[in-house]
Amino acid sequence: MAFWLSKSRSISSLLGKRIGLLTILHERNKGSFLHSRRDGVFRYKNSPEFSTKSATFSATGQRFKSSKTGEQVELPSSDEDDDENQAVDFPGGRVAFTSRMNFTSESSGKRIPCFRVLDDNGYPIAGSIFEQVNKEVAVRMYSGMVTLQIMDTILYETQRQGRISFYLTSTGEEAINLASAAALSPDDVVLPQYREPGVLLWRGFTLQEFANQCFGNKADYGKGRQMPIHYGSQKHNYFTVSSPIATQLPQAAGVAYSLKMDKKDACVVTYMGDGGTSEGDFHAALNFAAVTEVPVIFICRNNGWAISTPITEQFRSDGVVVRGQAYGIRSIRVDGNDALAVYNSVRTARQTAINEQRPILIEALTYRVGHHSTSDDSTKYRAVDEIEHWKTAQNPVSRFRKWVQGNGWWTDEDESEFRSNIRKQLMEAIQLAARKEKPPIANLFTDVYEENPPNLVEQERSLGETIKKHPQDYPSDVPL
Amino acid sequence: MFGIISHKLVASTAGGSPGQPILRAAVLAMMSNYSTATKQIMVREALNSALDEEMAADPTVFLMGEEVGEYEGAYKVSKGLLRKYGPQRVVDTPITEAGFTGIGVGASCHGLRPIVEFMTFNFAMQAIDHIINSAAKTNYMSAGNINVPIVFRGPNGPAAGVGAQHSQCYAAWYSSCPGLKVLAPYSSEDARGLLKTAIRDPDPVVFLENELLYGESFPVSDEVLDSSFCLPIGKAKIEKEGKDVTITAFSRMVGYALKAAEILEKEDLEAEVINLRSIRPLDRSLINNSVRKTNRLVTVEEGFPQHGVGAEICASVVEENFNYLDAPVERISGADAPMPYAANLERLALPQVEDVVRAARRACYRSVPTATTA
Repeated sequence: MAFWLSKSRSISSLLGKRIGLLTILHERNKGSFLHSRRDGVFRYKNSPEFSTKSATFSATGQRFKSSKTGEQVELPSSDEDDDENQAVDFPGGRVAFTSRMNFTSESSGKRIPCFRVLDDNGYPIAGSIFEQVNKEVAVRMYSGMVTLQIMDTILYETQRQGRISFYLTSTGEEAINLASAAALSPDDVVLPQYREPGVLLWRGFTLQEFANQCFGNKADYGKGRQMPIHYGSQKHNYFTVSSPIATQLPQAAGVAYSLKMDKKDACVVTYMGDGGTSEGDFHAALNFAAVTEVPVIFICRNNGWAISTPITEQFRSDGVVVRGQAYGIRSIRVDGNDALAVYNSVRTARQTAINEQRPILIEALTYRVGHHSTSDDSTKYRAVDEIEHWKTAQNPVSRFRKWVQGNGWWTDEDESEFRSNIRKQLMEAIQLAARKEKPPIANLFTDVYEENPPNLVEQERSLGETIKKHPQDYPSDVPL
Repeated sequence: MFGIISHKLVASTAGGSPGQPILRAAVLAMMSNYSTATKQIMVREALNSALDEEMAADPTVFLMGEEVGEYEGAYKVSKGLLRKYGPQRVVDTPITEAGFTGIGVGASCHGLRPIVEFMTFNFAMQAIDHIINSAAKTNYMSAGNINVPIVFRGPNGPAAGVGAQHSQCYAAWYSSCPGLKVLAPYSSEDARGLLKTAIRDPDPVVFLENELLYGESFPVSDEVLDSSFCLPIGKAKIEKEGKDVTITAFSRMVGYALKAAEILEKEDLEAEVINLRSIRPLDRSLINNSVRKTNRLVTVEEGFPQHGVGAEICASVVEENFNYLDAPVERISGADAPMPYAANLERLALPQVEDVVRAARRACYRSVPTATTA
């Protein structure tokens, strides 16, 4: 709400040169706009009853009687630029005065627009300028999105069948996954949250490797230590997924600090959901990244839901993109279901982050079509037709397919052949993963420290002896 | 490097511990026990020199924390480092323990070796998720792919008149967590050797210093002042040999235990004082060997009594050497209450030399055992 000063005529002479006060009156009578130095727009009621009721304080602390509306005051200068001469060097820099007490509005009125390049039907929007992807990249991106879809569907079912303990889908967010990955180089370090396996897929993680991790078998790179979907791969520059929310954000700033000291032509990319932006770590990470000027891209997958918490209960700001400016970070809002828009924005973000050594915030708007995880039934807190709408009408995969097919790079035959191919591969991978040996018991004790401490060596030895003494109490197919 | 030490001694304007003349005198009196002593340096200088040398030797080592740069450290431990190494290697962080701990862990995951300073470990509770879940468990959960060679250091335990939220001892908390190494130096030699080892160690290390010890001077030999001097992790030190009762302690309490040993000597009780140095891993074999020799054990710590360090030592000794114990194990700890502020109450909430002496006497059946320490 905006306040204004009303004062009686007699005071104006007292205050003499303090024309700032008079400026407001003049402006009030000019119209219903108060211009501020910021881009925010203030509106206030120019109604009679308002002005008679108002009583505010001047800088001298005296209370003035309200003046009647419509009172014109002749001013020597109507320009608020006279305030320019009055500025103070506070810690943090020079700041100009204003004699108007204005509270910046909690919302700028208009929401930050969302960058998109393809319309709902996969046609490039007229007048949009974007970097085209060539056939190879487009087909690779699209087939990656399809693979991710199929992987999610089948592995989710696998959990439902009781063959794996847990799974988490990225349904509805395939474009963010693959398009952002395609825009990065293999040297860029990725710190995921948990809904970004598509990035790993793009970088070359095979279906077998995914299945192995989910089944926690001997070939699992995680040595059977993590829940399913907690993938990690050093050779793909993909940090192991860690369950606590948003902890990867300050870590990403730290990795970026290390990259900056190395002066590498690479950046860090880290992902989070809308819920993750409420964590304290989000604040610290963005603030610190801005202060240390490090090359890190924060990609927020704003998919509308944090388990059962809708974004209306998550924050009161205009989404996540507006927060960037609060930390001094360049930000963009992009249509997360538009693969090309995501690709373009991440490409540009990467170049900026590396060339200018600064963090970037990307808010990708999308929708979480699936349940939060296999431990969730989202129909309990949201309408089924809402889910259906985003699954069909706003599906990022079919939207991108239309564009790729429109360019003649993909056909319906390709589609059905590819889908059945992937399905077959995945089923085989799952069979293999399920049959494969479990990890050896030695994995229980290694990597606690760099070198196995004597107490763990002792415990391992002691466990081995116990197993030998009582083999009937232990599974026979688990190697030592 | 000698130059640095002497420069520090000459230019030292840093505040020492607020009015602990008795302890200082006791330390000076104990000087006679260190026969190879050539120089005396304060613990704060020992830490500073260790940081300096490790930062000079390895360009990936950097220090971060509140007030470590321009202010030269809240306790002046990082004095002169910003001037020497610049703001990229001595980073003044914003006030967000959770934030800068996470950032430190991230940096260490990618090849740097950060030293994260907490103004006290009480404030580290705001970052404990990152210490445990991001640092301690990461090597294991990433199957050895992500190493976290980070050091968390700062003052731990009670100071003098700082109240409950500034006085807790976290040795027991961190020591219960696999994946961490927990060190607690006492003397300047400990401080130098253990900090250098901690910085070079590939695993996350929690380094528990003590505010009141920063200003204490200890004699150090030439060997200690050498830039390659390191003390092994997991090895305790027998500060004073004895045959009648074993007293284990760490950090400031080592000084108290030594003082108690002096008093006990007058009663013909020779106490063996063990400076734990390493809380995790605990030097169980040294402690157990000592108990096999003396048959009696008193553990001393400043932290809360339940689930403390002494509880673990007691369990270890009872499990391994039950038949060697001639008396129940005596545990001396801080009071089971948040630290009061008033000086008289604070004194009663913390172990004093007399408490250690009485416990040793009880263990040796020289006094009637009582439920309270009064």
